[in-house]
Parts: sequence; C-alpha cells; structure tokens
Amino acid sequence: MTTRFTKDHEWVRLEGDIAIIGITQYATEQLGDVISVELPDVGKSFKKGDEIAVVDSVKTAAEVYAPLSGEVIEINDGIEDAPQLVNDEPLAGGWFAKLKIADKGELDGLMDEAAYAKHIA
Amino acid sequence: MADTADLNKTPLYDLHVELGARMVEFAGYAMPVQYPSGIMTEHLHTREAAGLFDVSHMGQARVTGDEAALEALITADLSALKPGEQKYTLLLNADGGIMDDLMVSRPFGADGGLFVVVNAGTKGKDFAHMREAFAGKAELHELSDRALLALQGPAAAAVFTGLVPDAAKLVFMQCGVFTLDGVEIYASRSGYTGEDGFEISVPADKAGKIARLLLSDARVKPIGLGARDSLRLEAGLCLYGHDMDEDRTPAEAALTWAIAKVRRERVDFPGAAKILKQIADGPAQKRVGIKPHDKSPAREGAEIVHEGEVVGVVTSGGFGPSFGAPVAMGYVRADLAKPGTPLELMVRGKARAAEVASLPFTPHRFYRG
Repeated sequence: MTTRFTKDHEWVRLEGDIAIIGITQYATEQLGDVISVELPDVGKSFKKGDEIAVVDSVKTAAEVYAPLSGEVIEINDGIEDAPQLVNDEPLAGGWFAKLKIADKGELDGLMDEAAYAKHIA
Repeated sequence: MADTADLNKTPLYDLHVELGARMVEFAGYAMPVQYPSGIMTEHLHTREAAGLFDVSHMGQARVTGDEAALEALITADLSALKPGEQKYTLLLNADGGIMDDLMVSRPFGADGGLFVVVNAGTKGKDFAHMREAFAGKAELHELSDRALLALQGPAAAAVFTGLVPDAAKLVFMQCGVFTLDGVEIYASRSGYTGEDGFEISVPADKAGKIARLLLSDARVKPIGLGARDSLRLEAGLCLYGHDMDEDRTPAEAALTWAIAKVRRERVDFPGAAKILKQIADGPAQKRVGIKPHDKSPAREGAEIVHEGEVVGVVTSGGFGPSFGAPVAMGYVRADLAKPGTPLELMVRGKARAAEVASLPFTPHRFYRG
C-alpha cells in the first residue's frame, strides 16, 4: 500500500478505488497545535486541487486541497471532536476523509515518500 | 525557518536558537514565535507556573527635564505618579488618534526622571515625536543598551523574589531599581498576560546570564510571541497596530480609563475636545470582546455582521487555550457593544454565530497586596 504526497503537504493512500487523505507530519509541525478541522460533506464531489477541508491551528488557518478527484464517502468525525489527533497521528488516526476516486492515473503526478522528503528538506 | 539573517537581533537571540525556537520576523527583529513544546503548552504553562518572555525589541527610554513636555503628549497625570509607581498610558496624535500605548514609571526616585517602555514597531516614530515636542525642555535618552524580560504567571513572584527579595514589596503597577545576581535591574510588577509577574530591564550584556538564571528554575519555561499573543488576547489587552492605531481614539478603543481624571478636567491632552465629546455622546464604534459560537476562530480582518449589515471588523482573533474556545476582539457599532448581543462573523465566506463578550475572557490575577 503506497502513500503519495502533494507539494502542499497532503497525503493520499489508495485502497482499491478508495483514497484516504490527510495532511503530513511536516504540515502539522508548521501549523502547530490544531484546534479545529472543517471536513467536507459526505456525498460531495471534488476535483483534484479543490479546497476540501480547512485546518485551524493556534497560529493560523490552512486550506487542505483534494489530492485526487473523487466523491467523499466517509469523513473522520474523530478529528472534529479531538483535533489534537491530527498533530499526534497525522498519517493514521488523524486522517481527514475517504474519497471514491474515478481516475487512478491522477496518482502519477504525486510524489512518493523519497521525493516528498526531498521536497521538504 | 524564515530568513532572519538581515533582521535586528535581541541580546537573547543565541539563547532562543539554542532552545530550539522557531524564529520569525516581528517589527524588524528576529523573534521566537514558539519553542519546541508549542504555543498551546507554552500558554498553559504561563497560566499554571511561570513563563519567561524576551521583549527586548520594545523601546526603553529615560526622560529627564520638564515632565510637562511628555505629559502634553499622553493621557497620564505625571504629577500624581509617585516614586516607585507605574502607569499605563496612551501617546495620542493631535486628532486624538492612538500613536502608541506605553508604560511610564518612576523607578529612579523623585529626581531620577521617568522610565518609558514603548512598542517595538512604533519606537522610532514615538521617540522622534517626543524629541521634537520636547524642544529642549526635556531630554529623551534611549536605553538601547538594555534588554527587557518579562516573567509572568502564578509562580513568577516566588521565582523572582527568591532572587530579588526586595522585590517582594512590589504590588501591581509598582516598580524600582534592584540587584539581581550582582546586576542592577529596573523591575516593575506588571505584564501583558493578565497574570501576576514582572517586567525586568537588564543591561544587554547581562541579559543572557539573567535569562539562564531564571530558566534554571524548573517552574520557568521560555515562551514565544505566539503564546504572548494568545495570553494577552484572553486577558482582553490590546495589541498596537491591530486593536488600536492612529485611526482609533481612546473612546473607541474602550481605553478611557487610561485618561487621568485631571487631564479630562483640564481638557489638555491631545485631541481632548474630540475625545471628550465622544465620551459624552458615545463613539460611533467601540472595541468589544467577541465569543464565536463555533469551533473555528475568526481571525483579524473578519467582517462582523448584525441583521445582514456589516457593523464592524475583528481586530484580533484566535483560540484561547485557557478559555478552551475561540476568542476575539473587534470594533462594532456602539449600539451593539453590550455583552450578549448576537453577531455573525464572516469566516471563509460563511456567517458564523457569535456574541459580544465581556473582557477579559480569563480573569486577571494581578497581585494587589
């Protein structure tokens, strides 16, 4: 199971035609303590690059962009109730949403872990 | 990390870097916005124990000569300022607009002149304005060879008086000259967090030594500008350039308490006629506390709406770690300034419910003896 990354510090993990998305450890370090997350409505469709969520930290608000096109089939209510999870487990319990995607080809434009590590270095 | 190579550095720059601070630009200085523990932890630590802040970027000066020359520019009654006392006051332009807020104190005895602390972003302008107005009657001696530390929080007094026993006699808004580890310091019992604490002026070349000594106490942690901002916002304290500026008067900024009674009676502070009329008639707009009802903070610049009409703007907004929810301040139409008045805040194009809240959000815990 591969995880891919965007230059804007989102991650996406594909399970069949379902994409799980979130923000990276680096993003959470830049944001500082997350205090609220606004997640999209289930059933809504987004194009790659659309604003899909907003993260508020003690410092600032940051938009989260859809790394792939698709329809939201599930959101992580856990991070709405306990936003600190985004800081604690950005790549696990701090996931944002699951999308049913149409075009796996969109994944090709994203970075693998090594390329992302270079991007943030 | 932001490129801070060309910025001014405070005498504690190396210590901040050593402590792992994230340095950012603020008022032309490279300043620590946070240390590795983060803003939330730093904020809560200050309210629970003690936080040490580097505020050496602020302007420090000694004013000697005819004090009436300074008094003419501000809202305080300097003749009532006794040795060992400190006052919060406002520097006003001829129209009554707020040029800066500042602390003026008399730590050097009856004949030693005044000690003045102004904001970092305005110090050049403030000092030039003062020098021009003093016109030989008074002198401004900028103390650029001094650093300024703030030690704030419920444990601040125990920590500080452990090192400076004489300072135990100070209550809120009192000051004096003391000796700390063999170094002459000017200390006042005041701050910008709503907590008990001290502001400590030290020679620049001793700042590192004194900061390390204070930090060697387990109750003290270094605190960056991020938590300084959330602490002062919860305490309902204004940030110059945001919650007040030259376009706002003390009446609009809800700072009329900083205008001394005798100055009102004499109608002799800058913009007095205009400001006294605003106080009598009520200003068109007024600064208020605002409590958003949902979890997303409204940030500076967010429009404030009431019954479909834009009635003001948020001037400070964020999350209050001790309050446990978003907090804000802003200006609203004066008839909407009453606590409990429902408002809406425009955040990312959506109107979000909020209400006018009384300030401060967290109770002040100053030591009044």
